[in-house]
Amino acid sequence: MSFAISMLVFLGIASIIGTILKQNEPYENYIIKFGQFWFVFFEKIGLYDVYQSIWFLTILLFLVISTTLCVTKNSPIIFKDFLLFKDSLEEKSLLSFTHHLVLKNRKKVSLSRVIDYLKQEKFKVREKSKDNGDILIVAKKGDFQRLGYIFTHVGVVVICLGGLLDGNLFFKAQELLGYKKIETLDIPASKVLEVSRLRITNPSFRANMTLAEGSSDNVAFVRKKDGYLVQDLPFKITLKDFRIEHYSTGMPKSFESDLIISDPELSQDIATTITVNHPFTYKGISIYQSDFQDGGTNLDVKLWNLLNSSGSQKINAKIFEKIKLDKDQLTYEFNDFRKFNILNLKEGVKEKPRNVGPSVTYKIRNNSGQAREYISYQLAMLIDDRPFFISGMRETPQEEFKYLKIPADKNGSIAEFISFKEALQNKILIEMVAKKMTNRSVKSDNNSSVKQSFEDSVNKIMTLFVEGGFSNIAQNIDNNIPTNEKEKAVQAYLKIIDIASIELYKNYFNLSDKEIDQSAIRFIQESLNAYSDMFLFGSPYYFELTNYEQKEASGLQLTKSPGQFWVYLGSLSLVLGIFSMIYLHERKLWLLIKAKGGAIIAVSSNRKNIDFELDYRKVSQAIKKIIQ
Amino acid sequence: MFTKLFKASKTSFVILNVLYLSLLLGGALYALKTFSSYMDIYEKAILLSSVGFFSWLGWNWNHFKKIIILVFALSLFAIQLYSGVLTNNEQVFLLKYLLSSQSAIMWMNVFFVLALVLYWLGLLAKNKLLDDIASSFTSIAILFGFTGLLVRWYESYLIGLDIGHIPISNLYEVFILFCLITSLLYLFYEEKFNTKKLGAFVLIVINAAVGFILWYTFDRHADGVQPLVPALQSYWMKIHVPANFIGYGAFSIAAMVSIAYLLSAKKILASYLPKLAVLDDLIYKSIAIGFIFFTVATILGAIWAAEAWGGYWSWDPKETWALIVWLNYAAWLHYRIVKGLRGTVLAWWALIGLIITTFAFLGVNMFLSGLHSYGEL
Ligand code: HEM
Repeated sequence: MSFAISMLVFLGIASIIGTILKQNEPYENYIIKFGQFWFVFFEKIGLYDVYQSIWFLTILLFLVISTTLCVTKNSPIIFKDFLLFKDSLEEKSLLSFTHHLVLKNRKKVSLSRVIDYLKQEKFKVREKSKDNGDILIVAKKGDFQRLGYIFTHVGVVVICLGGLLDGNLFFKAQELLGYKKIETLDIPASKVLEVSRLRITNPSFRANMTLAEGSSDNVAFVRKKDGYLVQDLPFKITLKDFRIEHYSTGMPKSFESDLIISDPELSQDIATTITVNHPFTYKGISIYQSDFQDGGTNLDVKLWNLLNSSGSQKINAKIFEKIKLDKDQLTYEFNDFRKFNILNLKEGVKEKPRNVGPSVTYKIRNNSGQAREYISYQLAMLIDDRPFFISGMRETPQEEFKYLKIPADKNGSIAEFISFKEALQNKILIEMVAKKMTNRSVKSDNNSSVKQSFEDSVNKIMTLFVEGGFSNIAQNIDNNIPTNEKEKAVQAYLKIIDIASIELYKNYFNLSDKEIDQSAIRFIQESLNAYSDMFLFGSPYYFELTNYEQKEASGLQLTKSPGQFWVYLGSLSLVLGIFSMIYLHERKLWLLIKAKGGAIIAVSSNRKNIDFELDYRKVSQAIKKIIQ
Repeated sequence: MFTKLFKASKTSFVILNVLYLSLLLGGALYALKTFSSYMDIYEKAILLSSVGFFSWLGWNWNHFKKIIILVFALSLFAIQLYSGVLTNNEQVFLLKYLLSSQSAIMWMNVFFVLALVLYWLGLLAKNKLLDDIASSFTSIAILFGFTGLLVRWYESYLIGLDIGHIPISNLYEVFILFCLITSLLYLFYEEKFNTKKLGAFVLIVINAAVGFILWYTFDRHADGVQPLVPALQSYWMKIHVPANFIGYGAFSIAAMVSIAYLLSAKKILASYLPKLAVLDDLIYKSIAIGFIFFTVATILGAIWAAEAWGGYWSWDPKETWALIVWLNYAAWLHYRIVKGLRGTVLAWWALIGLIITTFAFLGVNMFLSGLHSYGEL
């Protein structure tokens, strides 16, 4: 008994492990987390899949066995007790009950009043005359309470066995015996060898499949450890359409897949729609809507050259495919497209998140194999009420994205920024602007050396900026200017960049002084910031998504679970059992009417608690009143 | 004179019952008739069985019946005041200050705080009047709380037809549910055991939840109605969540009574509190009722998971912690019933049980990640 209770506690404690350590993650994650040595050790003791590990299943098995033993030991006694009225008790044994009452004298009443009373109290009653003329009345009630014990514990056993049926013991055995092997290579399902395939006849599994819109398949994948197994299905599933509906707030409201199931045994295909919480079951296999991803969306993209003024090039890309730009030795790997992005743009401010439109995530890999990850949003977003085109970059998946914010022009396009950037990168224009500024600022036209040096400085500062942004300027100041004058130099340099840029902008776009209003100045400053940030962006191109043709894929889960029925049945038995154990009160009562006068009342219960005390008092006093 | 009184109380008893039943049945039939196109067969079954459940509760417990009738009346009144216009909660005086869901819930909070104070005063002053007032305040808090939830249900549909849903789907809402269920359960024991002395203890845990609701409202502004994510759009939620909270509530009461037990066993406040044997019995009874509901809730959760996630058991952290809680109380019951253990050890154990339960309820959401989609802090 103590052993069984310890098992309960032990099982609880063991269960905790798997809730703290995320289970069934890709193995690389664990290696990063623990290092090679601990990774191998934890692998050995099954910490990445605790609930299927040998030791965990062993605990469970012990619990099942000890509960089974407990039930087999106790059930016969309980059954016998259930069927039997113990009418062979003698006076002596009644007197040994903790709860008994001896009545010295009694009235001459017919026993039927006592029996009526007991029946009214829901007792089942037997009456027996003894050889010596005594009469023994035996009564009992609530004996289903004892059966509750059996229901409860058999329920537990049935649930555990049902669970084991659906667990992977069977596969584990096959794996140990070498019949099955986990596939770890990323190859097409059709190439996976027989040892890594599960047959149609496999009695229980939980597998996943991803179908792009319009495609079909008749295999699913079971993820195991660091690899997978291929599960053959007795039918083919086609995804006709996948839909996401949204609430007005932008939160997803429903995920729906229109499926067609083709079974060679059927003359007609089955068309059905599944949603979250509404699976479809066919041939014992339930098909669930579990997630979704991109199914190979087609993208029309313009890559704008940021570092020189060579304009843009068009590419046609597809999610999950790669494109190599031979010129730059760069490979674009397209990972994901999202039509909706619900973001909360104002940090720290309580604001309703809203939809900011489509995004593409991709990696750019250089020829030495290093890659950076990017995310680009198609539409301009309002940040503090100003529109920007946003792209994010990060070096590793653990980092947050760092964002490049390019200001959108009045037409909501990137064109003006690109033109301005090209103006900045145009040496002749810069020199012209420098001249103009010099003529305006240095009034004394006779002092040509001052003039020349001013013009040179403007040219130098602008070149520094154009070639490396603000950080280049900062570096230059750090290297060349004495510490106590740095502050002043920074101010002066920035001012020159500002003025020169405004001048440049005005000239390039042929604007009058009046047209350089507050908003134009802000646009210029935002452009300068964006220009400067380009140098930290790590890519020579700005990625503009011009058009797309979305194709979605639905993530399905397929489950065959013969144990489910038993688990539910066991659960029912468990609930009925617990209920009767706790809410039915078992009572047994004996009333010995002695031929010589006097009587004995004895009451027993398998639970000695306050309720029993109260019941005992009530019943014994009532009987006393009737017969004394 | 006596017979007359008896007769009068009997008629009023009959009237109350008839009123109660017709309210329940009328409400359900009205809902069936009006909304049947929105409900599937399971939801209709749940609606009708809840009529059964509430009648049974009301039949066995008069006080509950009265509260429910008043809740009905107040909620209908509030809905009348809204008359289909959400912004009325700012315009109509009675809504703004009393019956809009947020106001009603604030009143619930206020009355729970007052009840706690009064229960303690009543306990320390051994004053029956204070006890009675504290108990009535608890009832009033329940009245406001349930009204608040029902009105919130209505309001959610005013926000958007597709947004409306039963208000037990995020932490703010389930904390309110927790306060209500725990206090109701406590009131039941109060009446059954004929002692109001334990309110001082039980109201502590309820006020902790009130504190959470206040923090959540004023600091997190998380008291708004949010639409349901797809995984939560299931009729199972309607029974799984309340069943769970009856479990949590009962376990909380057991733990609070355990505190009383432990103090009393150390002769602290002993003369103010019920006898140890009574406390011990109460701890057992609450754990027993909690255990049943928690079992049912976990099974319902498994059935729901089978439908939403494709497996009745996925060893998701929340599921697993539910199992841990369940195993813990199963072991507790065995020690008590099979080994006959009583007293201090079991009281400590019940107290630790609440810590485990709280972790399963809150800690999992805060520290562990998983499939359960609501209640991120
Ligand atoms: C997961 C495993 C188990 C669960 C969930 C479980 C559950 C329960 C429950 C709910 C009760 C009733 C408590 C009450 O009446 O308040 C109970 C009683 C009992 N259990 Fe278990 N049990 C388990 C395993 C075991 C094992 C392994 C044994 C024996 C070695 C055992 C022996 C008993 C006995 C003897 C009783 C008392 C019966 C009575 O006096 O009426 N249980 N159990």
